[in-house]
Amino acid sequence: MSYFEASARTRIRGLVDAGTFEEFCPPEMRQTSPHLARLNAPLSFDDGVAVGRARLSGHAILIAAQEGRFNGGSVGEVHGAKIRGLLDRALAERPSAVLLLIDSGGVRLHEANAGLIAISEIMRALLSVQAAGIPVFALVGGSCGAFGGMGIVTRLCNEVIMSEQGRLSLSGPEVIETVKGVEEFDSRDRALVWRVTGGKLRRAQGDATRLVEDSIPAFRNAAAELMERYRVHSLPEKSLTDLLADQERLACRNMQFSNARDGQEVWDATLSDSTHVPELSSEEFNQRLLER
Amino acid sequence: MKELFDRLFGKDRHDIAIEGLFLQGKAMVGKESATVIGTCEHAAIDAALALKISGAILNAVREGPRPILFIADTQGQALTRHDELLGLNGYFAHIARAVDLARRSGHRLITLINGEAVSGGFLAFGMLADKICALPGSEVRVMDLRAMSRVTKIELATLEQLAKESPVFAPGVENFWRMGAIHEIWSDKDSWPERLGMAFASLADERASIGFERGGRMLASPIAQCVANT
Repeated sequence: MSYFEASARTRIRGLVDAGTFEEFCPPEMRQTSPHLARLNAPLSFDDGVAVGRARLSGHAILIAAQEGRFNGGSVGEVHGAKIRGLLDRALAERPSAVLLLIDSGGVRLHEANAGLIAISEIMRALLSVQAAGIPVFALVGGSCGAFGGMGIVTRLCNEVIMSEQGRLSLSGPEVIETVKGVEEFDSRDRALVWRVTGGKLRRAQGDATRLVEDSIPAFRNAAAELMERYRVHSLPEKSLTDLLADQERLACRNMQFSNARDGQEVWDATLSDSTHVPELSSEEFNQRLLER
Repeated sequence: MKELFDRLFGKDRHDIAIEGLFLQGKAMVGKESATVIGTCEHAAIDAALALKISGAILNAVREGPRPILFIADTQGQALTRHDELLGLNGYFAHIARAVDLARRSGHRLITLINGEAVSGGFLAFGMLADKICALPGSEVRVMDLRAMSRVTKIELATLEQLAKESPVFAPGVENFWRMGAIHEIWSDKDSWPERLGMAFASLADERASIGFERGGRMLASPIAQCVANT
């Protein structure tokens, strides 16, 4: 089944061991956004995110799934507090991993200030979870991608599993086009948007750590395999040396691609054969990345 | 900027270099030497500037745990296709990790908003400090109302009306103060060196509970606790 087309709850059901998902702050509690209500905008009983605990291949996990169909998976006060609370909970519960199924344009503009603060709180809580030795995985393969503050949150995660359809970036192409003009970024050029933000670019750069086919079982297998790895090699705390190495890597990328504006330039430098990249299956793509 | 530094730290008590939109150096806060790292002239933060910020934080960690003062003046992230291609979100995440490493290494962290603090630029470093203070006349927001109108397809007039009524939506230092994201708003009458000295005490992330006490965010704290503890 397609991950891209599935709802947040269908993704959770397909990812975790059957019957193990237990939701916190469930829709029955009807914690809707008071700020959307004031605007007479549509509400959702889960405010666009489901959070809970479950098992994946027998491992205890905490899991959050954003619903892209509700306000573009955007982060408002309640939505953000649910994710932050889940991360706080991880410190006490110590699951094998926290999985964030990110499908979001970022801050919900209707309650922009509360959303921005919530994302900052999620960032700090996530860093505390990692400092406690618990890995956090991001899964990105939905129609809203991972943008804005959720794009930053995604890159804080220890593992980023993406499909080609997934997009990961900061400012949406529409925002850049609106502010800087269509010659800077044509948001209607779908192929270009994917070459600049899509899973195959992010995997070539190393920002995504796995590229999988657009299917829920493919995401599940990648997550299960990574969890097994973290069980064997536990997560070390990030040291100054690690961050200096990251600094060096990012500085190199900045130099190497100092004028690049198209993902093709990155593929030319990172794949054994960079022709017809958009048509490749994820398996063929991963093979070419390996060969280089 | 020199006037600001004189006013903040006292004359001859700072040695801060300004390189374009980036500033870094040392200054005295009370009897302590603090590292100062910041942006100026409403900087749009691109990958190159982000690297300077993270590099300066990592240097400060290498030098040992003295307090760090971030001076934030940013219009937000740079809006270019090139920066998106590079993965600017990852450069910002790297800054956040550097700030977190500094905190875990015993640095006390304060952000001073001097001018503008907007969206992704503010998320990247200013918002992750232990305490955030705003200088008089500062502006904090997520997005320009006109841009927001184009993205949300809500009429500008509607948004302007909403901005008058709703603190969770409207730009403004006071609104962020009510929601717990800004701890202190300084005035021109204050002694800034004194306030700075007092501000340098470490804190947990209490923004949600402060926002509740101040009536600006009534749900963030109870919902997070509901998920975390039930």
